[in-house]
Amino acid sequence: MPLAVNVSAYLKQRARWSPLEIAFWIFAFATIWLFPGKYLIMKDTAILALFALSLDLILGYAGILSLGQAAFFGIAGYFSGLVAKYGIINEPVVALILGGLVAAALGFVTSFLVLRGSDLTRLMVTLGVSLMLYEVANRYSDITGGADGLQGVTVAPIFGLFRFDLYGHNGYVYCLIVLFVCFVIVRRIVYSPFGLSLRAVKGNALRAAAVGIPVKWRLVAIYTIAAGFAGIAGALLTQTTAFCSLDVFSLDRSADLLLVLIIGGTGYLYGGLIGAVIYRFLQDWISTLTPQYWQFWIGLVLVAIVLVGRDRIGAANEAVRNTIYRLCTRLMPRTAALRGAAPDGT
Amino acid sequence: MAILETIGLEKRFGGIVAAHDVSLAVEKGARHALIGPNGAGKTTVINLLTGVLKPTAGRIMLDGRDITALDPHQRVRLGMARTFQINQLFLDLTPLETIGLAVSERLGSGGDWWRLVGSKTAVTDEIVEIVERFRLADVMHERTAILPYGKQRLLEIALAFACRPHVLLLDEPAAGVPEAERHELLATIAALPAEVTVLLIEHDMDLVFSFADRISVLVNGSLFVDGAPEDVARDPRVKAVYLGEEADA
Amino acid sequence: MLTILFDGLAYGMLLFVLACGLSVTLGLMNFINLAHGAFAMAGGYCTVIVVNRLGVPFALGLPIAFLVTAIIGGLFERTLYVHVYAKPHLDQVLFTIGLVFMAVAASDYVMGSSQQFVQIPEALQGQFNVFGIGMGKYRLLIIVICGLLTIALQLMLTKTRFGSRLRAAVDDQRVARGLGINVGAVFAVTFAFGSGLAGLGGALGAEILGLDPTFPLKYMIYFLIVVTVGGTSSITGPFLASILLGIGDVAGKYYVPKLGAFVIYAIMIVVLLWRPQGLFARSTAR
Repeated sequence: MPLAVNVSAYLKQRARWSPLEIAFWIFAFATIWLFPGKYLIMKDTAILALFALSLDLILGYAGILSLGQAAFFGIAGYFSGLVAKYGIINEPVVALILGGLVAAALGFVTSFLVLRGSDLTRLMVTLGVSLMLYEVANRYSDITGGADGLQGVTVAPIFGLFRFDLYGHNGYVYCLIVLFVCFVIVRRIVYSPFGLSLRAVKGNALRAAAVGIPVKWRLVAIYTIAAGFAGIAGALLTQTTAFCSLDVFSLDRSADLLLVLIIGGTGYLYGGLIGAVIYRFLQDWISTLTPQYWQFWIGLVLVAIVLVGRDRIGAANEAVRNTIYRLCTRLMPRTAALRGAAPDGT
Repeated sequence: MAILETIGLEKRFGGIVAAHDVSLAVEKGARHALIGPNGAGKTTVINLLTGVLKPTAGRIMLDGRDITALDPHQRVRLGMARTFQINQLFLDLTPLETIGLAVSERLGSGGDWWRLVGSKTAVTDEIVEIVERFRLADVMHERTAILPYGKQRLLEIALAFACRPHVLLLDEPAAGVPEAERHELLATIAALPAEVTVLLIEHDMDLVFSFADRISVLVNGSLFVDGAPEDVARDPRVKAVYLGEEADA
Repeated sequence: MLTILFDGLAYGMLLFVLACGLSVTLGLMNFINLAHGAFAMAGGYCTVIVVNRLGVPFALGLPIAFLVTAIIGGLFERTLYVHVYAKPHLDQVLFTIGLVFMAVAASDYVMGSSQQFVQIPEALQGQFNVFGIGMGKYRLLIIVICGLLTIALQLMLTKTRFGSRLRAAVDDQRVARGLGINVGAVFAVTFAFGSGLAGLGGALGAEILGLDPTFPLKYMIYFLIVVTVGGTSSITGPFLASILLGIGDVAGKYYVPKLGAFVIYAIMIVVLLWRPQGLFARSTAR
């Protein structure tokens, strides 16, 4: 049937990397050579971007409201710090992956908590879990270093070859590569039947169950996966700074993350990345103005965003994206003819 | 042989009895209609059958198997699907994606996370077949939210059909559909395969009497009358129950 | 052990006064106000300024804290909150977190980051020793004041016309409006009153809970526990939840000091799993 072939081609074509995406990543990797003095801030941004991507998975694609992603970020952060400090695992990449798995395990165990109840209950429970971990880390300060943080962490060179240097060059490249690999995996998930079923669950959970989707298990799965990625981000932070402290579990971190996603937009993968870049530079700029009362301005931004209207910002965001997209398709009409709607419905 | 059977089904909400001692038997291949005045509990019965509500008492048998304790999605896997009185669709997805979900789940690849949507030909072939059968081909790439109501209603039924159910529960399929689009809808319902058993809830008596080969009447949560259409139409008690409605209609 | 009970009771009743405004706001307006703790903090600082620096007697300092915070609450409600009522929960959370951040930073700037203490009059310092139980005089005062407030609140809700309007509006806003109840005015007054109570609680509690700019963040989780465990459909629910929480926290910190607060969070999670609508909420939830 010609229509079937057409449909199949159409669906697969949608998942192809658009020229805009390719340009984005080329530029991202080019920053290694373009901005040699800014490795530290760019590394922070890359980590934040991965962290935000993990929240986008559950918030933007599955519709779970969570204030507790920091729990997974932090647990992997401490894990990778501790295994490096006590020489249990000497290869950073292995520690990274294991850290992600530890975080994913915590995600799996706590996922059952977010299945029941209202938005408020979910907020409470997710926040509660990360505050609990904060308390635990605080009480067992003989292991975790408590409020002073984990001291004496020395991270071995990656693959025995690439040492973490003072300028942060290797650290940045490491983070960027990890971010890209994780992104590719997430992208694959989002364009898969599993990813589509998540959007269905978010849109109408009742109907999703009525067409045979095991809603509970899909949510558990994505929550676990997202926790794993948040953990990888946390482990990256510890490994590249050789330090880990209690604030990895704080409300501040989860709130900042929500802010990043709101600036960047949810549900289209690049929201976390773009939001992280804007947020980090915003933070840098404001910190030079008022180093001490940074929190005040963040609060003001949050209030302003809500009053202006998240949907208006989202719409403005989409408008900007559509304009850029239309500009590009005009420049490259052949690829435009084959592409259809993106998974976010634009 | 009854493919769908309820035995003494009861549902209480606090002090309110929404369904009481409902014992219904739907024969295989039947076109069975469930009618009754507003608030009689018809949608409650559908919700109990599909697992959205858990009964306070009684059992539900599907093809001889006790499904009372099963979750909604498990019942779908066993071959029971439903439509909703008020469209329950995925507004941000396209009809293609929507039907694709149901087909994908049924063929067991709904949970695949490493494969791209559209890469399994068996799935796409079936999606296209259903899209064409329900006359949705011209709108299959549009966002569901912007489709006209009649098309949405067709999609609602197509989605249930995509689950390839043995038993299809239709909750007021003609509700709210404008006159112009009714014909297409009714033709589609009439064209459903003979081996699919259909349980239909409807207020539209023309549709009921032209479609059904058996009618059950539900009043105040209890089964009132159950029999062939001619018998039900002649029954004086049914007329009495509906007299108030006819005066308003 | 009985001293712990006594201390826990005082702590619990204080938590109740602090949190009941939040409970009513959530039940009434379905609005998640994470900035509630900031109002408590404002009340505390207000009393510090008025009593410590202006020399006003302590007995007056408390009602002043209530009034000032109620006025601030009312102003904020009419100018800011009213725009956010209809927005989804995520927006409300972001909005109120933003307010908290602003309040915390502003307090740090104005009042400094160290803990502040209210000068309690001589008469309230020290303790009574009754049947071997050491009852701190200040804590006794807290129990008395909070107890009276609770009874007054319960009476107001059940016996006054405003109370019935409030309960109607909580039960079903649309119907209440249809009956001619000015729901907007009920919101404004309730929010102001709830904030005022928070302020009073903050002033009373400065001694026990510790008043510094991080107060709203530290105690927000406690208020939220009270509200989610106690439910929003009555006064008794949050009341019982607060007492439980107060005694549980004090006992936990005494008997299991390594994991004191951990116990609270664990209990909260267990309760929410078992009854997502709260321990004491009606079974027919919204």
